[in-house]
Amino acid sequence: MKTELLNLIANEVLVYTLMAVVPLLWVIPFALFAVWWERKISAHMQDRLGPMLTGGWHGWAQTIADIAKLIQKEDIIPTAADRKLFVLAPYVVFVGSYAAYAAIPFAAAYVGAEINVGLFYIISISSLVVIGLLMAGWASNNKWSLYGSLRSAAQIISYEIPVALALLAAVMVAGTFDMQEINRLQSGSILDWFIFQKFPFLFLAGIIYFVASLAEVNRTPFDLPESESELVGGYHTEYGGMRFALLFLSEYANMFAVSAILVTLFFGGWGSPFGSFLSGAWYFDLGWFLLKSMVVIFVQMWLRWTLPRLRVDQLMYVGWKVLIPFSFVIILGIGAWVIAAGH
Amino acid sequence: METFDIVFYIFATLTIVSAFVVVFTKNIMYAAFSLLFTFIGVAALYVLLHADFLAVTQILIYVGGILVLLLFGVMLTNNVVSVDIKTGTLNTIPALVAAAVIVGSLAAVFYMTWSTVGEPATAPTATTRAIGELLMTGYALPFEVASVVLLAALIGAALMARRTRKP
Repeated sequence: MKTELLNLIANEVLVYTLMAVVPLLWVIPFALFAVWWERKISAHMQDRLGPMLTGGWHGWAQTIADIAKLIQKEDIIPTAADRKLFVLAPYVVFVGSYAAYAAIPFAAAYVGAEINVGLFYIISISSLVVIGLLMAGWASNNKWSLYGSLRSAAQIISYEIPVALALLAAVMVAGTFDMQEINRLQSGSILDWFIFQKFPFLFLAGIIYFVASLAEVNRTPFDLPESESELVGGYHTEYGGMRFALLFLSEYANMFAVSAILVTLFFGGWGSPFGSFLSGAWYFDLGWFLLKSMVVIFVQMWLRWTLPRLRVDQLMYVGWKVLIPFSFVIILGIGAWVIAAGH
Repeated sequence: METFDIVFYIFATLTIVSAFVVVFTKNIMYAAFSLLFTFIGVAALYVLLHADFLAVTQILIYVGGILVLLLFGVMLTNNVVSVDIKTGTLNTIPALVAAAVIVGSLAAVFYMTWSTVGEPATAPTATTRAIGELLMTGYALPFEVASVVLLAALIGAALMARRTRKP
């Protein structure tokens, strides 16, 4: 895609900018859809109907109406809040979430930036989100906001370690940080996916990554930063209107990003599960990639409406005493295996 | 490559302006948050020099680790709701001496290596594998020493945190 664009427009910087905008065309409709989807899933799991009226068929236009409402809302900044940081924080959070999309390979033909350190870049750039959340919580000048953002930061920096270690296990098998290359190594049938390679080490690594990524994006059972029953709304308590919409959008963008990483590293990315059947063209790649990611997102939502929330000490226990030791064992096991097998 | 020059100047300005804010602002939270833009700007300059691994490591260590811990420390140690966390100027003369020594040594390094600095790599080359191999072969000892120092700091911090809890 990049070479075609370069032939079309001679300016390199302009081409890179265009390439960077492409995922936004997916993220925004996805967030609108996912909010509606989550409401329907939660409703069906709790034996009720959820939104049914707006738009006619099963309330499909509910989130569009919600966004229209949020846009019209008055822009409120609390008097005691720190104005500059309060305004800046949602943008920092969204930039952090969206920057990860630069290295996510949507198809064999498209990845925002073909960089050698793609996966490493995604792990590191997501730390911007932590800074943004701390900024939002502190600038709101509200105890609930501050506790929410402190919890969120503590949780994200604790679970970054198992996330990085589990991804490192896959990288050790692949031998590269390049997301496209990792994806290409898994092309073939379903058995070539990394989740079934070096069994059971990468299988466990995939599970550890999934659990830890739930904590990274503040999803239940790790949604302590915004647990409504204790903290009102956590770091976004004081936010309303478009600023709230931006924080919400980046939350869903994060959900998709971690699912996309899981799919790329462990479930074959844009590759078809049936060998050369339904593969080859860019639309098949994109279709498989989005389908697999949506399945992972469905599991995230399913867990949210099934499991109760953990306590803070349980959260730290799971992170430091369960996930991290297991990921070290996996790394040692894969290291020994790679040395013994010679590749 | 003229448009990349513009990108360079944007990030250079971002780095320098935010560094000035870090030094001159009275509000310690503003200083900490503008440090974010300094780190991002420096990482972007590394990217423009084709040092991709270094740039990403810069963000991971400084933004993801050090800055988060710094903010955490400030938020937890100060009165939680008060906004007026101020910085002041203390120990002017020792600070000036230390700054002069650092500037002097940086300038010396700069002038001595000026002629030997090569052109930056023109095409993006994979640096990760080369850095990894060097860390595991030629620079294995400094690498291990650094990790032992960090481990000692970690154990020390945990010990100090425990001691205060049990009076």
